[in-house]
Amino acid sequence: MLDQQTAEIEVPEAQNPVESLLRMDRMPHIWCPGCGIGTTVNCFARALEQSKLDLDKVAIVSGIGCTGRVAGYLNLDSFHTTHGRAIPFATGLKLANPDLKIVVYSGDGDLFAIGGNHFIHAARRNVDMTVICVNNLIYGMTGGQVAPTTPVTAKGTTYPYGSYDPPFNLPYLADSSGAGYVARWTVYHVRHVTKAIKEAIAHRGFSFVEIISPCPTLYSRRNRLGDGLDQMKFYKENSEIKNGADTKEVGMDFQGKIIVGKFVDRERKTYRQLMNEHLSNVFGEQFTPYEG
Amino acid sequence: MKKVQGTVIIKADSCKGCAFCVEFCPTDALHLSDRYNAKGYRIPELIDEAKCTGCGLCGLYCPDFAIHGFIIKKVA
Repeated sequence: MLDQQTAEIEVPEAQNPVESLLRMDRMPHIWCPGCGIGTTVNCFARALEQSKLDLDKVAIVSGIGCTGRVAGYLNLDSFHTTHGRAIPFATGLKLANPDLKIVVYSGDGDLFAIGGNHFIHAARRNVDMTVICVNNLIYGMTGGQVAPTTPVTAKGTTYPYGSYDPPFNLPYLADSSGAGYVARWTVYHVRHVTKAIKEAIAHRGFSFVEIISPCPTLYSRRNRLGDGLDQMKFYKENSEIKNGADTKEVGMDFQGKIIVGKFVDRERKTYRQLMNEHLSNVFGEQFTPYEG
Repeated sequence: MKKVQGTVIIKADSCKGCAFCVEFCPTDALHLSDRYNAKGYRIPELIDEAKCTGCGLCGLYCPDFAIHGFIIKKVA
């Protein structure tokens, strides 16, 4: 093993390749040992590097929560919005400056409970943005309350004897609302996550990537599932890759099989294209198509 | 079979001892050492430098950006 001090002198690659995309002055981050959010950030940073985008034209928007902290740790134009309002802010950003690549990076509670409406309407309108949802199946930052994604019978602080709320099936919700790209992976599938994020960013229209992540401090501890590593091993053994699977069939049970893969990849007209087409039909020559 | 020699750099201060890198190293070149960092987490280390292929998977898994691997030379 090379020590950091000697390595800096001898080896040209002494710097972690993703460090240029991170605000290293803010490290170490607040995520618990065994949490998967850091790994998803790692994958996202690599996906951005590989997609060779102009980083001045990438903006990242987060809501509130553990995953909401991502916007503060990435060395990009970023905004940390109020709770659940990441997608409305991102929609405005995209409409005002269509050249930007917008990535909404947030958690399941923020995107589907507090901001649930915004998600379905952005997908319906097909606003050109990428939504990355790190799904840890619980409200992490506020202390382990049951979230809209918590599987039935899983315990949380608000359901000490197990939840009986039927959870959301996120890929199905995104698919039926009209998202053009829908994929689900777990934190164990790092290469797939990187590829999926790359594809989602390149996709024109609303794209959605769900990443299942361990929450060792709340979800795993309350349900006696071990630490983050045990959850990762569980993902390894119990994930089934089914690309193109019917999103109706991919709901999650408590500690059941996790169906992962790229479920939907289709082209629809984006919100701006629809607006330009419609108004050109109505006003003819008088209307100048909006290009930003 | 092995054509390249790799190594890893570990930033001990950033590590939180989650052992993702140790578990998912394809050649089992890492283990959790008996050394502790300032925060009291056990940090990983290379058991056998010859086993490392520099694939960089440890760096991709690391949630704390504390480890990364790379190729140092080609082996005939």
